[in-house]
Amino acid sequence: MVTNESIIPPEPGGYQNNYLIQAWLVLLLAMVFGISLAGVQQKLGPMIEANKVNETLEKVPEVILGVKNAERLAKKGEALIITPRPIKIETAGQKKVYPVFEARYSDLSLAGWVTKASGRGYADKIELLLGFNPDATHLTGLFILEQKETPGLGNKIIEKKWRDQFVKKSTDRRLRVVKGGAKTPNDIDAITGATISSRSVVAIINKSAAELRERLALLAVTDKKDK
Amino acid sequence: MADQPTATERFIQGILPENPVYRQLLGLCPTLAVTNGMKPALTMAAAVAFVLICANIVTSLIRNLLKPHLRIVIFTLTIATFVTIADRFLAAYLYQMSKTLGPYIPLIIVNCLIICRCEVCASKQSVFTAASDGVGQALGFGLALLSIAAVREILGTGMFFGYRVLPSVWPDWVIMMLPPGAFLTLGLLLGAVNWIEIRRSRQSGGS
Repeated sequence: MVTNESIIPPEPGGYQNNYLIQAWLVLLLAMVFGISLAGVQQKLGPMIEANKVNETLEKVPEVILGVKNAERLAKKGEALIITPRPIKIETAGQKKVYPVFEARYSDLSLAGWVTKASGRGYADKIELLLGFNPDATHLTGLFILEQKETPGLGNKIIEKKWRDQFVKKSTDRRLRVVKGGAKTPNDIDAITGATISSRSVVAIINKSAAELRERLALLAVTDKKDK
Repeated sequence: MADQPTATERFIQGILPENPVYRQLLGLCPTLAVTNGMKPALTMAAAVAFVLICANIVTSLIRNLLKPHLRIVIFTLTIATFVTIADRFLAAYLYQMSKTLGPYIPLIIVNCLIICRCEVCASKQSVFTAASDGVGQALGFGLALLSIAAVREILGTGMFFGYRVLPSVWPDWVIMMLPPGAFLTLGLLLGAVNWIEIRRSRQSGGS
């Protein structure tokens, strides 16, 4: 009787019930899929990165010179020389890097600065490009890169007519959102039915202008000295 | 296996009789989320078609190796792989569209329509049947998405595929572009499909 017991196949715990052996197909597929995804990423990754950079670079001339002047320049076959110059800002112990782009004319004189900035909107993150003149005394333009504001209301922040209000606004005073028409030079007219979206954009601009103004002006001064 | 539908039956069933959205009420998240324009709806339909057909084929190829308690893991793994490929592809070649669709492309992974087809058809039937089932269901899903998107884009913006079709005096129904518009349109179209179905079955029953 004792010998019989040893013939009985092993109970749970034997090799057939081992999780790893049971899951051989899962493991194999995970490996095959993983390798093929790595291949896809290898091939498409650089293209995706290039798409992201191009989206910003394409808009830089427009944000600094305005649409018409940018087109005129492009017609002449000239292009701005754009170099990334990230600027690190430390405020109240918080470190932040602004992806700033420096733009120069073909004679290497400074055309202006463009920074990417983002903040909370009404629906989701708003990401924008903000242009400064070389001394960073005023804004030269605004472009909204990403937003998910309410269609028909808040998403009017992307319209040129509204964005053009920011051109030539001075950077030494905070911009203010008002309803029913701008009265003072630092007023921005809110979009009807989308005060929060308007305020969000203005808040992002006020913050980045305040943080970057002096640093950009300093860079412009050293640039002149170098010449 | 004899009682399983044939490849042709699977294909036809997917388009209307078992339409994923109108008859099975599956995959409603993208149906509601990306149908405020024809272009995003078409892109979503194409991405789902790619994932569905590929996942069906792979699942069918390995159907004899599946263990009952590990099958869902394998379906999800397969689906996730193809969704990632579709997502990267869109980001590389259709960057703006990929931004518009945002998280809804990665969310195809949890679209129950695809896992349902793997379970119901691909894990039990031949590769050819599974593929034609995928094509049929994908066409049905695309049809549903585009029908809802057509209503919403035309009423919401007066445009169709970005071209103006209604006179500019048309007061754009902004609500059609917003989430409530998706629910309203889906509800009304679903009601219409059911009404037609009931009328048809009554007629065939009466004659």
